[in-house]
Amino acid sequence: MRAKSNDSFLSRLKAGLSKTRELLFMNVEAVARGIGPVDEKVLSDLEEALILADAGAPLAQEYVEALRGKWRRGELPDTEALRSALRGMIAKTLAPRMVPLEVRPPYPYVVLVIGVNGVGKTTTIGKIAHWLKEEGHPVLLAAGDTFRAAAIEQLKIWAERTGADFVQHKERSDSSAVAFDAVRAGKARGAHAVLIDTAGRLHTKSHLMEEMRKVVRVIGKEMPGAPHEVLLVLDATSGRNAIAQAKTFQEVTGVTGLVLTKLDGTAKGGVVLSVTREIGAPVRFIGVGESVDDLRPFDASAFAEALF
Amino acid sequence: MFENLTEKFQDVLKTLRGQGRISEGNIEAAVREVRLALLEADVNYNVVKDFTAAVKEKALGAEVLASLTPDQHFIKIVHAELAKMVGGEAQDLDLARRPPVPLMLVGLQGSGKTTTCGKLALLLQKRKRRPFLVPADVYRPAAIEQLKVLGGQIGIPVYDSDPGADPVDICREAVRHADLNGFDTVLLDTAGRLHIDEELMEELRRIKAAVDPGDILLVADAMTGQDAVNVARTFHQKLSLSGVILTKMDGDARGGAALSIRAVTGAPIKFVGVGEKLDALEPFHPDRMASRILGMGDILTLVEKAQETIDEKQARDLERKIRKSQFTLEDFREQLLRVRKMGSMEDLLGMIPGMGGKLKEMKGAAPDEKELKRTIAIIDSMTLEERRNAKLLNGSRRKRIALGSGTSVQEVNRLLKNFQQAEEMIKRLSKAGGRKAGRNLPFFG
Repeated sequence: MRAKSNDSFLSRLKAGLSKTRELLFMNVEAVARGIGPVDEKVLSDLEEALILADAGAPLAQEYVEALRGKWRRGELPDTEALRSALRGMIAKTLAPRMVPLEVRPPYPYVVLVIGVNGVGKTTTIGKIAHWLKEEGHPVLLAAGDTFRAAAIEQLKIWAERTGADFVQHKERSDSSAVAFDAVRAGKARGAHAVLIDTAGRLHTKSHLMEEMRKVVRVIGKEMPGAPHEVLLVLDATSGRNAIAQAKTFQEVTGVTGLVLTKLDGTAKGGVVLSVTREIGAPVRFIGVGESVDDLRPFDASAFAEALF
Repeated sequence: MFENLTEKFQDVLKTLRGQGRISEGNIEAAVREVRLALLEADVNYNVVKDFTAAVKEKALGAEVLASLTPDQHFIKIVHAELAKMVGGEAQDLDLARRPPVPLMLVGLQGSGKTTTCGKLALLLQKRKRRPFLVPADVYRPAAIEQLKVLGGQIGIPVYDSDPGADPVDICREAVRHADLNGFDTVLLDTAGRLHIDEELMEELRRIKAAVDPGDILLVADAMTGQDAVNVARTFHQKLSLSGVILTKMDGDARGGAALSIRAVTGAPIKFVGVGEKLDALEPFHPDRMASRILGMGDILTLVEKAQETIDEKQARDLERKIRKSQFTLEDFREQLLRVRKMGSMEDLLGMIPGMGGKLKEMKGAAPDEKELKRTIAIIDSMTLEERRNAKLLNGSRRKRIALGSGTSVQEVNRLLKNFQQAEEMIKRLSKAGGRKAGRNLPFFG
């Protein structure tokens, strides 16, 4: 990830979210025109914009109510003040959730990656592996998605690309056995981090969630205290369902970190505001593109700034 | 959150109850709840705005039908409008032309194109067509491999795409190959891409120009949020979509994206993906989707599944018995077997919004296979007379049954209690006179 500078990353995040901004301030006409007075229309436009960013109606209402209060007290003289107040509120909400993933002894630091289908778990693992390698950590990848066709192949390619160690079983084999072997291999081979992929599963499928619980249990048996990180991957394009996903995974396996992927489209990822209300886990990374450099530690104010 | 919505909705509707006519005054709160319900279901904000305006207009001043209370009437209007907007009649693929007919599957990353491709091929094969699968995703690692594995699982040939080739050439060549080898339908699995990626969108346009597809289907995730409109609109503008396939409908997402996509593209939703197995692709039912978006649950599908497992004659017999309140342990056994036949309860219950978070509680509610077997064993250990008249079952008979079925007296007692409850429920139902209710009701032990 050292290949590209911070500036370029920020600019890509902004480019990714720029459509959001356009959209937001296209709706909030007064703001689009430049600095102007705040009125009821501006406020209700802002509520609409927040809903369009997937923040959800109740939360949008709450933010706007707070802003309306400030406005009535004369604290928001113009739209610029309104904008920075909203930005501040969002950054403040998310700031405590800005805790980077830290791979630390006792090694191997075991990271289990979970989520519903198609959110980008395998790709995220590839990118995290790349990032950890750059930090100088030996990494081992475990092909725990034994269900989806060619998922093992996909992760293997990532292992080759990043020079990570790789543990796999046959397709359709028990994923907890893969996890078990991976932790054991990680210990034997001196890996600092073991990243375990899992098959995507809808949180409503209780037998698949039970399987997840078993994976966690088996990992803990092989290495007490592991998995050290249970990373839930959420798709920024998803709507309110992300909340149900987070709550259920939290209940079943516990979640110690979040990754928000696909922020390079026009999706706003506003749902992360609601998700972090429901579960206490910090946001570790955000994904803003397909290239290996496009995963970065989460930055609350950059996120808020890019959004508004 | 979802659980509360339906309740809240019901509360607001109560205010409409007892009013002879729906008026501006009494409808405001109800419309507001509809708005919130739709937003929580991820229907796009602007689509919601148009929709609620239309509903309000329809509902205002509407004479309430004699058979309905105003709240029922209002819901009926909302539901009908929603079903209309989400897509009238179900529509099929456009295959009536000279074969081979190419079908293009397009969409964002992770929406489920490759899996859907496999499912669609299997569905077409069942319809006596000769499908050919073409992996045209040269970007995602192992995407080509994935389709090959899927093709192998269902026994459908897959084009041997060269990962180094231009996807446009792959598609053109594959269609030619299909023509020469007697395949009549060619499924083109394109790479997932962002709608704002000009270069890759251009690639899709070139594929379209090269193969002249019968259908261009947008594969969209039912969990998509507000952004669904931007995605669908752009894909439609660039490619002029002929249909949509909504995936991951087996979760508890309310699927408001369906409404948004339909509203901005006008393209019909042709299929829905309802599971991980390759036969889990179904035609789209607008009315069910409407219920689901409103948070009323996909009850119809549930009912239909129940119906599939009950044969007509049995159903009529049961109905007669219910009418006469002659429900016996024999019937109870039948019901239990039926529940078993209906398959995984959790899949069924998963269709109900709000159930996702309740899986734990549900584990208790859904009868597990073992318990079902034991219950049936208990009933099997009874004499015919006992089964027909549960009142005969005194202490010593219970002991005998427990011994005979390898269970305990406590378990026999529990079963009898459950049976009593079912009996009660049936009596109540038969009083309510529900012909339908009796038929579709599986009794959970």
